[in-house]
Amino acid sequence: MLADKDRIFTNLYGRHSPGLEAAKQRGAWNMTREMLEQEPDWICDQIKASGLRGRGGAGFPTGLKWTFMPKEVRERPHYLVVNADESEPGTCKDREIMRHDPHLLIEGCMVASRAMRAHECYVYLRGEYIAERHALEAAVKEAYEAKLIGKDNVNGWDFDLYVHHGAGAYICGEETALLESLEGKKGQPRLKPPFPANAGLYGCPTTVNNVESIAVAPTILRRGAEWFAGFGRPNNTGTKLFCVSGHVNTPCNVEEEMSITFRELIDTHCGGIRGGWDNLKAVIPGGSSVPMVPAEQIIDAYMDFDTLRDLKSGLGTAAVIVMDQSTDLIKAIARIAYFYKHESCGQCTPCREGTGWMWRVLERMAKGEAQHEEIDLLLDVAGQVEGHTICALGDAAAWPVQGLIRHFRHEIEERINEYRLPRAMTQGAVVAAE
Amino acid sequence: MADDLFKLNVDGQDIEVPKSYTLMQACEEAGAEIPRFCYHERLSVAGNCRMCLVQWVGAPKPIASCAQTVGEMRMNPDGTPPNIITRGDYVEKARKGVMEFLLINHPLDCPICDQGGECDLQDQAVAYGRAGSRYELNKRAVEDKNMGPLVKTIMTRCIQCTRCVRFAAEVAGVEEIGMISRGENAEITTYLEESLTSELSGNVIDLCPVGALTSKPYAFNARPWELRKTESIDVMDAMGAGIRVDAKGDAVMRILPVLNEEVNEEWLSDKSRFIWDGLQRQRLDKPYIREGGKLRAATWGEAFEATKAALAKPAEKIGVVAGDLIEVEQAKAALDLFRALGVQNTDCRPGGASYGADGVRERYILNPTLMGAEEADALLLIGVNPRVEAAVWNARIRKAWLWNDLTVGVIGEASDLTYDYTHLGEGPDVLNSLSSSDEAFVEALRNAERPMIVIGEGALSRGDGAAVLAKAHDFALEVGAVTEDWAGFGVLHSAAGRVGALDVGFVPGEGGADTAGILGGDMETVVLLGADEADLSGLEASTVIYIGHHGDAGAAKADIILPCAAYTEMVATYVNTEGRVQMTRRAVQPKGEAREGWAIFRALSDVLGKALPYDTAEALRDVLRGEEGSVFSGLGYAPGASGAEALKAAIEQDGEVSSAPFGSTIDDFYLTNPVARASKTMAECSRQQRALETPIAAE
Repeated sequence: MLADKDRIFTNLYGRHSPGLEAAKQRGAWNMTREMLEQEPDWICDQIKASGLRGRGGAGFPTGLKWTFMPKEVRERPHYLVVNADESEPGTCKDREIMRHDPHLLIEGCMVASRAMRAHECYVYLRGEYIAERHALEAAVKEAYEAKLIGKDNVNGWDFDLYVHHGAGAYICGEETALLESLEGKKGQPRLKPPFPANAGLYGCPTTVNNVESIAVAPTILRRGAEWFAGFGRPNNTGTKLFCVSGHVNTPCNVEEEMSITFRELIDTHCGGIRGGWDNLKAVIPGGSSVPMVPAEQIIDAYMDFDTLRDLKSGLGTAAVIVMDQSTDLIKAIARIAYFYKHESCGQCTPCREGTGWMWRVLERMAKGEAQHEEIDLLLDVAGQVEGHTICALGDAAAWPVQGLIRHFRHEIEERINEYRLPRAMTQGAVVAAE
Repeated sequence: MADDLFKLNVDGQDIEVPKSYTLMQACEEAGAEIPRFCYHERLSVAGNCRMCLVQWVGAPKPIASCAQTVGEMRMNPDGTPPNIITRGDYVEKARKGVMEFLLINHPLDCPICDQGGECDLQDQAVAYGRAGSRYELNKRAVEDKNMGPLVKTIMTRCIQCTRCVRFAAEVAGVEEIGMISRGENAEITTYLEESLTSELSGNVIDLCPVGALTSKPYAFNARPWELRKTESIDVMDAMGAGIRVDAKGDAVMRILPVLNEEVNEEWLSDKSRFIWDGLQRQRLDKPYIREGGKLRAATWGEAFEATKAALAKPAEKIGVVAGDLIEVEQAKAALDLFRALGVQNTDCRPGGASYGADGVRERYILNPTLMGAEEADALLLIGVNPRVEAAVWNARIRKAWLWNDLTVGVIGEASDLTYDYTHLGEGPDVLNSLSSSDEAFVEALRNAERPMIVIGEGALSRGDGAAVLAKAHDFALEVGAVTEDWAGFGVLHSAAGRVGALDVGFVPGEGGADTAGILGGDMETVVLLGADEADLSGLEASTVIYIGHHGDAGAAKADIILPCAAYTEMVATYVNTEGRVQMTRRAVQPKGEAREGWAIFRALSDVLGKALPYDTAEALRDVLRGEEGSVFSGLGYAPGASGAEALKAAIEQDGEVSSAPFGSTIDDFYLTNPVARASKTMAECSRQQRALETPIAAE
C-alpha cells in the first residue's frame, strides 16, 4: 500500500480546502520558480527519467511526447492543451483532481508549458463537468490574483491559462477532435499525420495531455524522478489514480502504486469483492473501451500497462469495473456498444456503420434471439472496425466485443440455447403430444 | 536520387515518385488500382471512406493511401524503401469490410436510381464487395433534403463521403452544405434546406459517387447507356468550357463538363449544365414572314424573296447587328455578303462596348489567360463581376486566392465574389488617382511579379468606355503588367460569340454606323443575327430580319425570320475570351427546317446574285485559315503572353472618364441569352434566387 507521504493528490477526497492557501500548505506552488528557471530539456529529461506514461489511456511516455515539440519557437506559437474531457465510462479521476486539487493541475500546466516552450494553455473541460469548471475557474482566478500565472508573474514565465467548456461529446476526448472542437468546429478527429506536435491547435505545434499526466509533473520535479520511478515495475512506474467501481463493497477513487496486484487493490481499498472472491466473474480494468478479463486471470495480475496488455486488455484510464457472478455480461457489453454507437462521430465508414451493427446484434444476443453463426459474424464485424478507422474510437468499440467473445463465448451460446428451448417445446414436443 | 523524389516498393515493383505525392498517387504510378469514394483530386483530403486502405509492411494497421504523403513515410528498418502491398488477402479483407459497411445501409434501388450505370458504389461493389449481405436488420432511412431546383436528393443513398461539403466550402466558396448529427444519424444537408447560393452547385452531382445527389431536371429521363455522347464547347459564357452533350433521339438530355485544365478544369456553371431544356422550347423551326402584323410560317423560298426585297435599299440604310451567341462561320458569311452589298453598318457589340474597332486583337482578348489567374500575384478587376460573367473562372480566382495568396482588387460593384478583395471604388474616376494611390493593394500590384488587370463589359459598354479602356491600359503599363513573358492586361467577355466576331472584323466598316446608330431608327432594314440583348425599341419603323434559333426579343420585332441552328446542332467555331479557337460538334440535328447560319447566307448570296466563294463550312473555314496571320489556323490554344508585344503601345485616346459607377451587364445570371430564357429550369433558378435575395417582410 502506498504510504501517505508518497501521495501526490493529498486532497483527493476533498477533506481540505481546494483553495490556494491550503494547496500551498500541501506543497503546491513550492519551488515553481526554480523549476521554471531550468531549461525545457531538463524538465523533459526529468519526466522521461521518472518513467511517467500518459494517464489518458494510451500510456505513451509523457516526457518523450514533450520532446516532440519543436526545439525553438518560430513564427507559430506553441500550445499546451489539457484534455479534461474525461468521458470514458467508469473513469472519474480527473474530476477529483479538478474539484479538490486544481492548483496541482494549474502548476502542472505551467511547468509543462515551460517544457514545451508554450506561453498559453487551454484546458478543454468535459461538457457535463459543471462543478469542476467552477472549481477550476475559481482556482485559476486565485492563481492570477496571486500573480502565480499571467503576464509578468512571480514565477518568471509568462503564462496564460484558459478553461474551455466542451459540449459533452465523448469523441472530443480524442486529441485531434478536441482541437477541432476547441477551434470552434465540429468535433471530428483529424487525419494523422500531421500530428499535433507539428500542426495542432490553429495549425501550431501543440501537445495534448491528460489532466493526471500534467498534474503529477510538478510533484515529480519537486521530489525527483527517482522517487517517482521507485514505484511500480520497470516501464510501469509511479503512482496512479484508480477508479474502482462495480461489485466491490466500497467503490472508490484511490491513488496507489502502479503494478499493485488486483487483489491487493480491492482488498486494501474497496473492502473486497461483493460476496467474496469466489463471486468475481470478470473485470474491465481500464475503462469501458478495454476488453474484459475473466476473474481467474485478473485476480493476481499486476495492475499496470504491460501486464494487462499481455492479458489482451489494457490499463487504459485505470477505471476498474468489477463484475460479479450476478452480472449479465452480454447485456453489459451491449450497453457499452450502445454507448459507442451513440458517440461515434460518423465521419468514417467502419465506425459509423459498424458500431450500430454490433450494438444491434448484441442486443439480440443479450436476449438470446440470435443465431449461433452470428457470434462469428459479430467477431468478424468487430475485426472489420478495428484498425480501419481514422481515430481510436473504432478500436474502443470493437475491443469490448472481442473481449466478451474471447472469454465468454459459452455464455452467449447458452443464452441462445436457453431462448430456443421453450420454443422448441411448444413447436416440437408439445405439438407432437397432441 | 534527386532530393524531391522518394523511392517506394509497390507490389514488388520499385518506383520513384515526387515526395509531394500521396501514397494513392504513387500506387497508381506503379499501375495499381486503388478504389476510393471520398478522395477527389481537386478537393482536400478527408480520408473518411476508408476504401483506399493499403498495406504498409511493418505498420500495425492498414493505412489510408489518400491521406499519406509519400515524403513523410519512413524507410524500412534496414534502410530499404517502404514496401506497399495493394493486393492480397490483407488488403482485400479490409476493403471488403469497408464495402460491406457502406452497403448495409445503402438501399438496393439501383434499378430506379439515376446514378445506375455510372455509379462508383455500384462499380466498386462488383469489384470489391461480397456476393451477398450478412446484415439482416432493418436499413436506415434518411429524409430527403431540399436542395433547390437543380439538385435532387435521395439521402438514404448517401455514404457521407463529404465530397459535396468540401466542394461547396472550398471550390464554390459557399459554406452551405454540411454534415449534421453524428454517428449513424449523420446526414448531409444544405443550410436550412435552401438551394446553394452558388453558380456552380450542379457540380456536386458529378462529385457525388452515389445516387444521393442527382440532376433534378434529368431525373428518370434516360439511362447513361442509351445516350449519344458528343464532346463540344459551351457558349453560355465567353469561357468556352469543354462539355459533353448527351442526347437521345433529337433531344439533348443533359450536359456534363469535360476536363479542360486550361479553361474549366472539370467544373461547369449551372447555366451551362442545365440549359438543355431551353434547346427544346421556343425554337424557330421554320422561316416566318410578318403579314398584317402577324407572323406566318413560310417556305425558305418565300422568306428569301422577302429578304431580297428588304435588302433592296440603299446600302447606308441597311444595318447588321450580331448577337452574343454568333459562331464565327455565320459572322464571316454574313460579313462577306453584306460587304459585297456595300453595307458598312455592321457591328457585333450589341451592348455598345468600345473594344475591337481598331482591330488590335490584344486589346479585346484576355491576354493573361484564364489559367493566368493562378500565376498572377495580384489581380485588379475593373467593372467586371467574374462570379456571374465567368462563374467557373471565379472558382479559379478563389483557388488562387486560397492557395497562392493572390490578392484581388475591385473597381466596380462591391458584390460577394466568394473571396476577399480590396474595393477601390465604384466608378472609372478611381483610375485617375490609382497612380498616386498608396492603398496597400495598389502597392501590391506595383510590386507584383505578375500583375493582372482585367476589364469587363460593364466598364466598356458606356459612353466613356474607350477612355476607360485606355486609362486601364495605361495603368497596366505603369504597374509593369506587360513584360516579355507576361501580358497581364485583358478583357473578360461575357458573350461566347464576341471574340470570334471581332476576329473576323465584324465591326463598322468605313464610315459605317455602330450598334447605337443601327438600332437608333435611321435604318430602313436591320438584320439581327441573334441580337436579342440589344435595345430594340428604336426599330418600329424599320424592316427587321431576324436570324436566330429562339423566339425571343429579336423574333418578336422581326418581319422576316430565318431559323438557324443552335450550338449543339452544328459544327462551328467559337473563340473564347482568351482568344482560344475551339469547335463545337453536332450532337443533334437542327430543329425542323432550320439551317446552319453560314449556309443561310450562302443561299441568300445566290438569291441576291452575290454568290459567296465557299460551298461548304470546311471551305469557309479554309478561307478563314488562309488569311495572312490568321488566328483561326490553330485550334485549342490561347495566345497568352505572345500578345505582350502588341500591348506595349499605349492606346491613343483623349476622352475623359466620368464618375458614374460601373454597372453590371448581367442582372440575372440565369437569363442571359435566348436559350436560357427559354429554359424552365433557368426560370425556376432565377425565381429562387430572387426569392433568396428578397428580404422576408416582417410577418
